[in-house]
Order: sequence, then C-alpha cells, then structure tokens
Amino acid sequence: MIAGLSPEEWIVLTLSLKVSLVAVTVSLPICFCIAWMLARWHFPGKLLVDALVHLPLVLPPVVTGWLLLLLFGMNGLIGRWLSDVFGVTLLFRWTGAALAAAIMAVPLMVRAIRLSIEAIDRRLESAAATLGASRLRIFLTISLPLALPGVLAAVVLGFARSLGEFGATITFVSDVPGETRTLPIAIYAAMQMPDGEPIVTRFAILSILLSLGALIVSEILVRRIARGGRHVI
Amino acid sequence: MSFDIDVKQTRSGRPITLFCRTDSPLVALVGPSGVGKTSILNMVAGITSPDQGHIIVAGQTLFDSDTGIDLKTARRQVGYVFQDRRLFPHLRVRANLAYGRRAAMSMDMDDVLAFLGIGHLLDRWPHSLSGGEAQRVAIGRALLSGPRFLLLDEPLSSIDRDRKAGILDAIDQIRRRSPIPILYVTHDVAEAERLSALIVTMHEED
Repeated sequence: MIAGLSPEEWIVLTLSLKVSLVAVTVSLPICFCIAWMLARWHFPGKLLVDALVHLPLVLPPVVTGWLLLLLFGMNGLIGRWLSDVFGVTLLFRWTGAALAAAIMAVPLMVRAIRLSIEAIDRRLESAAATLGASRLRIFLTISLPLALPGVLAAVVLGFARSLGEFGATITFVSDVPGETRTLPIAIYAAMQMPDGEPIVTRFAILSILLSLGALIVSEILVRRIARGGRHVI
Repeated sequence: MSFDIDVKQTRSGRPITLFCRTDSPLVALVGPSGVGKTSILNMVAGITSPDQGHIIVAGQTLFDSDTGIDLKTARRQVGYVFQDRRLFPHLRVRANLAYGRRAAMSMDMDDVLAFLGIGHLLDRWPHSLSGGEAQRVAIGRALLSGPRFLLLDEPLSSIDRDRKAGILDAIDQIRRRSPIPILYVTHDVAEAERLSALIVTMHEED
C-alpha cells in the first residue's frame, strides 16, 4: 500500500497501469506499420484507411464499445473464433479493457508516428543507400532513430489516453471490480456512492499525477534524443 | 574506360541528356545552375533511373535500358559527396565515417583522417561542424565506403574562400592516392581547370 491507498484502490491503480501498458505495447508495432503505410505508400483506398484509423477519435466512445461488443462478444465474429480456437474471451476481462483502450489510443499514436515519419529527410536515406546500406539497415539505422521522438510521443499520448479511457471500456467490458475497474470507471463508481467524494478526490489526484508524470518523462526523453542534433549538415 | 555514359531523362517536361566516353580519371561536368548536373550524378548513383541509355563506369555496367540492367544504389559501390553533405544528424562524426565502411576495401581510416585533417572532429555532432569541416567529413565518409568511383557534387559550394583551397588539395590527394574515376560537378570552369579535369559542358536542351 502506498500514499494511503486502500488495498482496493491499489488494485484499481495497478490494473489501470497494466491495462494501459499492455494496450500501448501491443498496439505500438501495429500503429507504426499503419503510420509507415500512410506516410510512405500510395495505394487505392488510402483515404478510407486513413478515415477508419481516425474513426475512434470522432465516434462517441459508447459506439466504439458497442462495435467491440458486436465483434468480440460471445456471439461476435472474432469473439466466437477466439473462444473456439484459443479458449480466450475478452468480455468482462482486463484484456478486453486493454483492447478497448488500445483502439481508442490508435488514432493519436498513428498520428504522432506518421508526422515524425513524414518529417524524416528522405535524402538521408538515399545517402545511406549510396554507402551500401540495405533497405532494412537504412530503416533500422536511419529512419527508425530519426522517427524515435515521434514514437516516444505516441507512447506517452497512447498511455495517457488509455489511462483515461472510459466510454468504450465500460460499454465493452462493464465495471467488474478487480478485473475491469480502471481509474476512470472507479471514479465514476465512487461518484454514484453517497460517501464517495474522498475516493473520487484521491483517484482524480492520482490520475493527474500519472498523466503529468508521463508527459514530463516523455519531454525529457525527446529532449535527450534531440540533443544529438536534428539538423541536416 | 573510366566513364561511358549516354543517358536521357525527362524531368518535369525538361529533357536532360549527357553523352560522355572517356578514359580520363577525372571528369568535370560544368554548366549553369538547373541544367541537370546533379540529376546526372543521381542517375550514375542509381538514386534515379534514366529513361533510356547506358551508364558504364570503370568497365562495370550500372544501367542499360536495352538489356534491362539497373543495379541498385547499394550495389553500385559509389562514393557520393552530396552538395548538401547529408551527414546523419543523429550520429557523431565517428559513426558517420564508419557507416559505409567496408574493411577489406576501404582506404585506411587513419590515413583518411590525417590527409583530410578531421581526426579532431570524431566525437562532434554534425550540427556543430562548420561548412568546411562538414564537407571534409562527407568526403571522408565517401572514401571510407570503399567506392569504385567518386561523385562530387559542387564540393566547394557554400565554403569560404580560405577553405576552398584545402578541399581542392584534398581532392588532388585523393586522385594521387587512389586510381578510382571521379565525376566532379561544378559551375566554375576555373575550379575544373585547377584540377586538370576533362571538362564536359552541359547546355540547356530545347
């Protein structure tokens, strides 16, 4: 127990961190691939893919949660397949909360990574090619390091967004204490209680501290990377 | 034969052509700005492809539209010193120099550091270098990649007069130490004459 948190509150905090970390970790490679595709490739239907990726940003979160229910619920197309083949169910589970958080974080993460990929000076990649580097080596040693500040920004934005995720999560996996009751859901639950004000206050302060901490860590990391120099000489 | 180049490329509706067959180890492409000199270097490096023609350097066919040969840039073993240098901003000078190094084929690192006078710059970041220092590092990086030929794109541009002589001396030294062909782009004929290069003049195409 830290900072006067009760065991129940401690469970809410660790669950929120777990859900957010898993959501960001699992979605990061996917977001990078989507961002790369949108930044570098030209293909028919690119506009549609772009719109679909950003859809959770503008849809009411409840609608996103409802769509997740349709797809990943017990009778959903993917939900039934996961259950039949792997014996896995996401409904009312923390893994479902992580999926909802990831879906809601994807637009922000893709956007941050895409901007950093678009900002890479392509002339540096052609310079690396003249030095005998393969496409994989160019990606690993030039493109990826130069995109790193954007990737870090995406991680922090995604983490903060996941920590704050409420609508899609409560619609998809409901409020199950110890399993899906993350910080925002716990705050909402406490607000429904007649004597829940102190709990709401503590959780609200905790949320603010976590989000601030994430932003400060990200800023420090980005500055440390930028110190190496970003100008093309 | 050092260079056997016969290419045509149309960019934004403007034709760029070059015909050059020579045994001269140092060829200077001269001509006004915008005539397509850098485009020719990019074609020789494989960064862009000609619409038609062939590029043979030091006996190796790099591009031939008739036979469909078009070697990838990474396989051409080119040492390209860009006009804008293109040092990697996230790597220190040491890592920039080592980026393309082919140990078995490269010039000796200490030798290159000494004659370019860049040994004291190894731990610096590219953005902290002056124009002349950055240019010498770019030349060193190209030499250390073990190139079969060198492409130098206006290596004296944006360098003050005092530093120009140093870079020209370095190019002179490269020529004496290494037998690889050099294609040198400049808009200054005097510069090409100073290097005793074979001068090929490019003109605007109609």
